[in-house]
Amino acid sequence: MTADLIFVLLALLTLVPAVWVAFSRNIVHAGFSLLLTLLGVAGLYAYLGADFVAVTQVMVYVGGVLVLILFTVMMTRVPQNGRPRHGLDRFVPAAVFALGVFGLLYKTITAVEWAASEGAVEPTTAEIGTNFITSYIFPFEYVSLVLLAAMIGAAILIRERRPEETEEPAAPAPETEEEVAS
Amino acid sequence: MEAMYAFFMDTAGMDEMAAHITVAVIMATIMFIVMALCAIIFTWMERKVAGFLQSRYGPMRTGRWHGWAQAVADMLKILGKEDIIPAEADKPYFIFAPLLVLLGSLLAWAAIPWAPGFVAADLDLGLFYIFAVTSLVVLGILMAGWASNNKWALYGAARGAAQMVSYEIPLLLATIPVVLYTGSLNTQDIVIAQQGGVLNWFVFRDPFLFIAFWMYFIASIAETNRGPFDMPETESELVAGYHTEYTGMRFAFFFLAEYANLFLVSMIAVMVFLGGWWSPIPGLDFAPAACFVVKGVLMVFLNMWVRWTLPRVRVDQLMHLCWKVMIPVTLVCVVGAGIWMMASGAVG
Repeated sequence: MTADLIFVLLALLTLVPAVWVAFSRNIVHAGFSLLLTLLGVAGLYAYLGADFVAVTQVMVYVGGVLVLILFTVMMTRVPQNGRPRHGLDRFVPAAVFALGVFGLLYKTITAVEWAASEGAVEPTTAEIGTNFITSYIFPFEYVSLVLLAAMIGAAILIRERRPEETEEPAAPAPETEEEVAS
Repeated sequence: MEAMYAFFMDTAGMDEMAAHITVAVIMATIMFIVMALCAIIFTWMERKVAGFLQSRYGPMRTGRWHGWAQAVADMLKILGKEDIIPAEADKPYFIFAPLLVLLGSLLAWAAIPWAPGFVAADLDLGLFYIFAVTSLVVLGILMAGWASNNKWALYGAARGAAQMVSYEIPLLLATIPVVLYTGSLNTQDIVIAQQGGVLNWFVFRDPFLFIAFWMYFIASIAETNRGPFDMPETESELVAGYHTEYTGMRFAFFFLAEYANLFLVSMIAVMVFLGGWWSPIPGLDFAPAACFVVKGVLMVFLNMWVRWTLPRVRVDQLMHLCWKVMIPVTLVCVVGAGIWMMASGAVG
């Protein structure tokens, strides 16, 4: 009973701000609402016993991705007092895209056989670590290689031009590397 | 903690859920009171330490002995001040931002092991959890800067966020060698692994851990936005940074969070590198919590010493130090500590 109540509260914490993210006219408000949604998702992970995934969710999405989203939004020129341009030319492609994604997700969710585990909830960290360096060592190393390549790419894109190429030195932007690192 | 659960479930006859909630409320209240006391004591301490380092007295009048009541008087004054919200500010976010900063800090306090068995949240991945929830502080600072609708505040917030996001990496990397040695992220396990006197503390286990400790210390100063890395609130160029527009009680929340974070990073240093609740001499562990707090206060003193001694660095120097010096050095520490462990046979 209490467990159901906790689930409902977490689901509301995820969904209500998510609606605000989608429909808010102020893009910074939308970004900050995303904070509650991401925390709600972390709460759902913890509720399902995936403690490592829950903390990683907070670390990566709240501490890394969301900070970068807000950073980008605040540093970008926003027309008309923080309100994005809106009209039918924006609405129709967005609606088509959103419905497409929804259909895909719905199809996947209904197609998967969801098995509920019966056993007691146990800490998962040690097992995840062991699996990373045994059964899944190749995907794990491959992902780190991809991230390294992306990081080097970002460093090349933002590097200071040589004097003969341009007069103004480009400003270093360490945030870009951070995105890759997190 | 077990004793508390046993008391509420057996003596008071609560079911498990009610006992959990009661214990959680009690622990949160204790932590909040300790936090508020910290802010009061450290404000006075900071002014006295600053005075001492600059050959002057600091506050001397309020109270009788060395102005001890100055911080209390300041607190009472700040509670009675007018609460001003700028007309053009984004009101709900302006109000919520200081709470978010404080929340990030308070959540992290939950995983601090004060004494054997006395930890509010005994989590399997305690250390990772602490670093994850402190990222809420960054968001709180961004929110404060943006909602104030003030260019100084926004500059301060942007600097603060860039600095804290960057220095989080060496901060985390510096603690990884310790996790390698312990084989656990649980905060109590990390402390228990350092039993047996000062030479068993992780800071003196091997040279790489010694370097990692100082890297952690430097990164923790930047993480708390204190001098010489206090660019987010440089008074000479940004008025007061992200909390320029805050007054009265709401400003007090930022102030409280600053000292709560200062003590938090000091306690993490004590927990991870300086033996936690163990006393330096083996066998003298009759007051573990006192030992833990004394070490924490010494780390705070070290932090204040640095703040009032070194001049402020520039933004580009700050980023240079983080990305080109500290991250490579901490990466070398991680690999080096691993090799040292294998060579010395400490790998289990």
